[in-house]
Amino acid sequence: MAPGDIIAKAEHVFLRRGSKTLLENVSVAVEAGRIITVVGPNGSGKTTLVRVLLGLMTPDSGSVWLRPSLRVGYMPQRMQVDPVLPITVSRFLTLGGRANTQRLHLALETTGTGELADRPMQALSGGELQRVLLARAILREPELLILDEPVQGVDVIGQNELYELISQVRDTLGCGVLMVSHDLHLVMAATDHVVCLDRHVCCSGHPEVVTQDPAYLELFGEHVADKLALYTHRHDHRHDHGSPEKPAAKTPESRHG
Amino acid sequence: MDDFLIRALVAGIGIAVVTGPLGSFVVWRRMAYFGDTLAHSALLGIALGFLIGINPSVGVIVVCAGLALLITGMQSQQHIADDTLLGIFSHSALSLGLVALAFMQTLRVDLQGLLFGDLLAVTSTDLVWIWGGGILALGLLVAIWRPMLALTVHEELARVEGVPVALVRGIFVLLMAFVIAVAMKMVGILLITSLLIIPPATARRLAGTPEQMAVLAAAIGCVAVAGGLWASLTWDTPTGPSVVCSAALLFALASLPFWRRGYR
Repeated sequence: MAPGDIIAKAEHVFLRRGSKTLLENVSVAVEAGRIITVVGPNGSGKTTLVRVLLGLMTPDSGSVWLRPSLRVGYMPQRMQVDPVLPITVSRFLTLGGRANTQRLHLALETTGTGELADRPMQALSGGELQRVLLARAILREPELLILDEPVQGVDVIGQNELYELISQVRDTLGCGVLMVSHDLHLVMAATDHVVCLDRHVCCSGHPEVVTQDPAYLELFGEHVADKLALYTHRHDHRHDHGSPEKPAAKTPESRHG
Repeated sequence: MDDFLIRALVAGIGIAVVTGPLGSFVVWRRMAYFGDTLAHSALLGIALGFLIGINPSVGVIVVCAGLALLITGMQSQQHIADDTLLGIFSHSALSLGLVALAFMQTLRVDLQGLLFGDLLAVTSTDLVWIWGGGILALGLLVAIWRPMLALTVHEELARVEGVPVALVRGIFVLLMAFVIAVAMKMVGILLITSLLIIPPATARRLAGTPEQMAVLAAAIGCVAVAGGLWASLTWDTPTGPSVVCSAALLFALASLPFWRRGYR
């Protein structure tokens, strides 16, 4: 598996549920050693596309191809362990079935979750949970890593760290990464290729190019400009006079979704 | 100690050792009502067994297993909420069993026995069923333990990681039907469904891992059986309900605030 080889692709995928079209003629390809990010507002079919690629949903037409015997690591969007199930972080990690003590330690160390090993899963913060989920995904030594909103429930500083960690994992494992995000600006530095999705592919390419693309601007609205301004000022605003408005309210998801 | 008492104890322990780990999954997966529904179909199984001339125990197993698969299949349709679906099947199966029995003039079934069971009337043949079946069930449960746990925690993640979800879930559901069918014939609907739920729920606050909870649940079930038998003997109370009461008492004790706090 050389860098740049295509390891997974979806071609001309259509998917309808009832009268709703979820995906319309969507094609994406994931290359080894590269990070591709799918951005789009809420309900744009990002998660559906991920599920199609993972084989969890079958498209109505179009094709999905994964390189034969490809090892896939998956980090689901949201996870909550029922309080009635007692389970520690290290037991959770071994559920993937490919863990020995040495690899477990390595995964914990890589993701900075070493001191969480004996903690109950229910006692993790949002950021800790995301790291543990990433640890479980990389325990499989994946050739393809699929991450659905990997920074969900993580504060801004933690988000940057997590994206950095994902880049690092890509460098170490040489795997292809496909991740989903509703926020291009945070993920820009950590991605090689962007696909802008609104049920169909609006535009795609290098992140710098996509942000200038008229289709991207139309999808995310003219507010993109002042959103950038908000970003620059965000740290000044964070803990201001107990404003009920959380930073998350300024993401395009809640503005345009 | 009298023979019948030893047999009752051995039978009860045999059942509790299986229902502890199995019931843990029932509790984790919120399947309590599912087990109840299967148990309610027993009468239909007995009637069916007599009707086509097979062993009633086999009839119960067949009906339980068939119902388990039918419900599991229908749950994935998602047009009706799970608890509604289970309510429909539970009551229909029980009523259908009663109606079927009414047609069979020659057959008299001890409804009281079916509901509450009689641990003290367990025979040596019953013991063979309980322990033989129990070892088989535990072996199967151990075999599917990790994939079953993985899909209980997160089904899609498990599927992506290569767990054959439908197969594992199917085996589990059939296993549950088998255990309920075999045990209920001897100890009644009340006792088997209680032993599936109460000991695991009692063990929850004392356990830190799924495996600890399963083993503790088995142990607590054994204590409940022994305590219930002792109470039944001492105060001349009905055996099955006494075991359930002793399990409930253990649950109450474990819920007292001075134990290690469960993580929430």
